[in-house]
Amino acid sequence: MKKYITYIVLGLLALLPLVGLNSYLMHILILVIMWSVIGMAWNLLSGYCGQVSFGHAAFFGVGAYTAGMLYSKLGISGWWGFPASVFVVALFALGIGYICLRLRGPYFALATLSMGVIFRIVAENLVGVTGGDLGIMIRERTWIDKTWYFYIILAVAGASFFLVRKVIESKLGYYFVAIREDQDAAESLGINTTKYKTIALILSAVITGFAGVFYTNYMGYIDPKVVFALHDISIITIMVVMVGGVATYWGPVVGAIIMVLLAEVIRSIPKLGTAHHTLFGVLLIVIIIFLPNGIVGDFSKLKRLFGMRRPAP
Amino acid sequence: MSSVNLEVLLQTLISGVLLGGLYALIALGMTIIMGVMKIINLAHGELMMVGMYIAFVLFSWLHIDPYLSVFIAAPALFVLGVGLQKFLINPVMKVDAILPENQVILTVGIGMVLANLATIIFQSDYLQTPVSYATKAWYLTDLWKGAPLELSLSFPWSVSFTIAVLITACLWFFLAKTDTGKSIRATAQDLDAALLMGVNVERMRVITFGLGSALVGAAGCLFIPIYYIYPDIGGQFTLISFVITILGGLGSTVGAILGGLILGLFESLTATYIGMGWAPVGRFMIFVAVLIFIPGGVASLLRSRKFGK
Repeated sequence: MKKYITYIVLGLLALLPLVGLNSYLMHILILVIMWSVIGMAWNLLSGYCGQVSFGHAAFFGVGAYTAGMLYSKLGISGWWGFPASVFVVALFALGIGYICLRLRGPYFALATLSMGVIFRIVAENLVGVTGGDLGIMIRERTWIDKTWYFYIILAVAGASFFLVRKVIESKLGYYFVAIREDQDAAESLGINTTKYKTIALILSAVITGFAGVFYTNYMGYIDPKVVFALHDISIITIMVVMVGGVATYWGPVVGAIIMVLLAEVIRSIPKLGTAHHTLFGVLLIVIIIFLPNGIVGDFSKLKRLFGMRRPAP
Repeated sequence: MSSVNLEVLLQTLISGVLLGGLYALIALGMTIIMGVMKIINLAHGELMMVGMYIAFVLFSWLHIDPYLSVFIAAPALFVLGVGLQKFLINPVMKVDAILPENQVILTVGIGMVLANLATIIFQSDYLQTPVSYATKAWYLTDLWKGAPLELSLSFPWSVSFTIAVLITACLWFFLAKTDTGKSIRATAQDLDAALLMGVNVERMRVITFGLGSALVGAAGCLFIPIYYIYPDIGGQFTLISFVITILGGLGSTVGAILGGLILGLFESLTATYIGMGWAPVGRFMIFVAVLIFIPGGVASLLRSRKFGK
């Protein structure tokens, strides 16, 4: 049963559009799946390899702009962004890795954070290349109906899920965890830490870039403030994984469900709408203090809390 | 170089130094927190924003001069910092989690809450304190009639700079001469050794966080007469102070001061010669260049000089 749970979930999700959900519910579902993709990507780099990134918006934005610029500059469909972004995002990730992976722990975190900001400012100022603050608008949408968008992002999510699991269960995954637990010890055991950290970064970046490509095609409009956003992309990415569960397969999915629903609920309450960052911040603080490994990671703790299982004697 | 060009260059350098002095004060707060607690305080800019709003409220309600509100904002921020450290950050330091960066992520949460609360209370409008001396300036030709060049020195900028230098001097005195200051430095150097020598490390952490917050709060008050405020202003100052700490060398106070000056000069030069919008990019170019070429920052250069002799 446990072995097949991924297939069962994927199968059930694939059947969902047949039920005839309205387009708002489809939109929410698509957002949830998109955020779980970004969460899985972040989890690979930060949860398993221990390199906490505060700048995943950089990769998301580069992916989004790859698709957008293929459309606006070359006049071909934004969907070509999927194959193109692999190279573009990997190249950018290599550059960022070369600079940032010299730093450790919190310093790496802040360096990636500033990378995200640099990308935003450059995208805003290079008006000739990116269109600056005006952004890029995809004028003709591929489908009116959301069903195909749903299947595409579901396919991306399924592929990312299996990729992450494959990587983590391979030798590479053990290297990653070894680096997370003790970088010096890993190095002394003959693991080329820089190399494996770079691999983790590139894998994570490419998956995030896919989400960005999808975003451009789905939303039809991007501008630097949206796709390179610090709070609304980078920090939410961290929250998705922190809430769901760091270094767990299902954590990002659970986190994405909670965060997207929470954002929608808060937005729909009139007075509370402006306070959504406060509530997110408080949620983050509460999670870190009481459930530091997230809902999936500390599930046994939660069970105990609600009296479903007696505390160990 | 014609005299106009020279004038522009000198004027740019002057404003760069003035800006750098204020940057140094912001970065000092982050540096001492980083040195003692080994964490990066990502809510640093937001604490500065709180200081700025305190100065703004005092000015618009009670008509207290922003420079005098340093004496109110700094203690208030000290209390806020102590509270944050005691009730939020300290408990997390003891929690066992997979990611050791939990405290950093926690400060992000704190920053988000502070910025959003400011948005709710003050709306996201750009606010300013219309002080009477905002446009006052000293001109070189007023002092020296036959001067070949015309240079000006803005009054609020130079007052802010002077106060920043004074505060820095006080901080140096505190760290170098008082017992508490020495204990803080001991904790920063070696936590276990300090503990063995009978330093109350827990208390030093609390004091340091309060002190760092008070410094940045004071910097906020100094920025008020020359800058505008809006709730999301914090993020950019967090980044600035981080860039300065990297530039100066992690945890080095002298490095932070030098780094602040260098960054101020560099930013002012980019703004004059390349364009306003690119000034932030220049900031980060420095950051990247430092990481690649002098990973230890300015402090490491100073140190190698010393050992070389």
